Amino acid sequence: MSIVMAFLIGGLICLVGQLIMDLTPYKVTPAHILVGFVTGGAILSALGLYGPLVKIGGAGATIPISGFGHNLAQGTLEAVQAKGLLGAFSGGITAGAAGIAAAVIFGFTMAVLFNPRG
Amino acid sequence: MTDSTRQPGPPKKPLTLAEQVKQQKQTYDQQAYQRLADSVKPRPRVIVNALNAFWIGGIISALAQIITLIFASAGLNPRDAASATVIVMIFLGAFLTGLGIYDEIGKVAGAGSIIPITGFANSIVAPAMEFKREGFVFGVAARMFTIAGPVLVYGFIVSVLIGLIAYFLK
Amino acid sequence: MSAPKRVGQHTIQFANPPVIVATASIVGPKEGEGPLGNTFDMVIDDSYFGEETWEKAERKMLEEAVKMVIAKAQLKPQDIDFLLAGDLLNQTISANYAARTLGIPFLGLYGACSTMYEGMALAAILIDGGFAHHVVAACSSHYDTAERQYRFPTEQGVQRPPTAQWTVTGAGAVLMAPVGNGPRITHATIGRVLDVGIKDPNDMGSAMAPAAVDTIVRHFQDTGRGPVDYDLIITGDLGRVGHEIATKLLGEQKYDVSKNYSDCGILIYDHERQDTHAGGSGCACSAVVFAGHLMGKLNEGRYKRILGVGTGALLSTTATQQGESIPGIGHGVVIEKL
Repeated sequence: MSIVMAFLIGGLICLVGQLIMDLTPYKVTPAHILVGFVTGGAILSALGLYGPLVKIGGAGATIPISGFGHNLAQGTLEAVQAKGLLGAFSGGITAGAAGIAAAVIFGFTMAVLFNPRG
Repeated sequence: MTDSTRQPGPPKKPLTLAEQVKQQKQTYDQQAYQRLADSVKPRPRVIVNALNAFWIGGIISALAQIITLIFASAGLNPRDAASATVIVMIFLGAFLTGLGIYDEIGKVAGAGSIIPITGFANSIVAPAMEFKREGFVFGVAARMFTIAGPVLVYGFIVSVLIGLIAYFLK
Repeated sequence: MSAPKRVGQHTIQFANPPVIVATASIVGPKEGEGPLGNTFDMVIDDSYFGEETWEKAERKMLEEAVKMVIAKAQLKPQDIDFLLAGDLLNQTISANYAARTLGIPFLGLYGACSTMYEGMALAAILIDGGFAHHVVAACSSHYDTAERQYRFPTEQGVQRPPTAQWTVTGAGAVLMAPVGNGPRITHATIGRVLDVGIKDPNDMGSAMAPAAVDTIVRHFQDTGRGPVDYDLIITGDLGRVGHEIATKLLGEQKYDVSKNYSDCGILIYDHERQDTHAGGSGCACSAVVFAGHLMGKLNEGRYKRILGVGTGALLSTTATQQGESIPGIGHGVVIEKL
């Protein structure tokens, strides 16, 4: 059941992104979409709106890049509770650290191992 | 064009009437031409694209959910299971990019393969691999963040702002 | 002060029309699978062409095309007075580095995708002016080098909009001389840079069409000719979008080109089967279609007189990101089999 919900929520988030790309002028590139969804996810999360989505959708809400924004926001909020002002700076990046490190390591490895095929 | 990109320079002279008329005619011509071009241009297939984004984005998410369940049943707490899933998905996205498969998925899926974290991995590996010929410092390492960089920059800015707001509202 | 070799306002009429002695074309695998596949001299089966990088592959194609055209004319590189060449890469490195190996006096050109026609017009001027016996005009483009310079890395999973065009991988070369057998260049109408305010770098057909139309109309006015005087009017790489716009714009000026107007970007690919969206583009698009398909038809006598218009979108990533619109240009050349 949770797999079906992940499919639906993840699919819907991507569908919204696709509609934004197709229905706006050419200037909205994939980079803009990624940036928009990260910041959007973080803001929704801080307002307490993204958490429920994660409860329903599981990976369907955490795997889209908006889930990364959610992760950053929640990390910051928890760290502010625990450490105060210092937490505002360290919390988000600490929460995102695993993903960022994985992206750098795997990105680098693949770039060394493979050549583009065109 | 936004004003922030303009170079500072001497203040502009006010335009004469003839120049204003000429400028307006040019704008009018450009608008008329844009309308002609728009009438000829093929439109993106909005519904087909949206459905493709939906099902492929959905499948990637469902796969991630399956991986999360496997990690959870192996004894990880929900949070660690989610983190481990993110790492696995990033690996998959990076690996499929290396094999030259991810861009083929992207042609069909559009946002369906851009928005999941696998797409974030793709946006890192694609330029890193492509610019390997320009060396490991200015090529691979510098180019790796052409798209991922902005994502991290704005992600961090927003998260710190959220933290500051939360701190001062407390 | 009269210039004896000019007609009308902007058109050159050559006194002794230079002869196109030979042409050569090399294309990539995708072009080889296209509808014109069997008209090219050589189809490479790998986009790397045995080199380490795509930039080197593009350069090698250009070099080989120039060598091939010289060999076809049974000449040697030292018989060539000028090499006029260009490409799309920053600082036109394909042409410059190819010229480094060829050792022919070299004039580098940049006309974006109109480079082949710019080169042919200049070569004809050099020959008819008595400055040269043999001139080679050449240019190249490569899908992967162009993508990584102008758009995204090739492995990035992005969707191309339906107006996007596919850069032709290939190189074309044309060898011209004052006398000989072959079609002749009788007129050239040099293009003006026109900007109609199109800013979308994925919609170059719309950006270039007005420049092509401007050149065609000026050519007709200068020479007193019309569409019926040509077996074929062919633009370089307007693609399906630009072709339709150009047809409409010419119609508004009372030139009916519905029967004999085509575009190299439409001819080179089967757009349904090959997923090329609006059509082909790039320097090599008009170059290889001319060197292969059109030269074949001219030599067979199928076409007696054609008006080719090489079209170029003069954009750069810097200008685009700063919000500038895309200027276009079109150079017209008349080729006649007398």
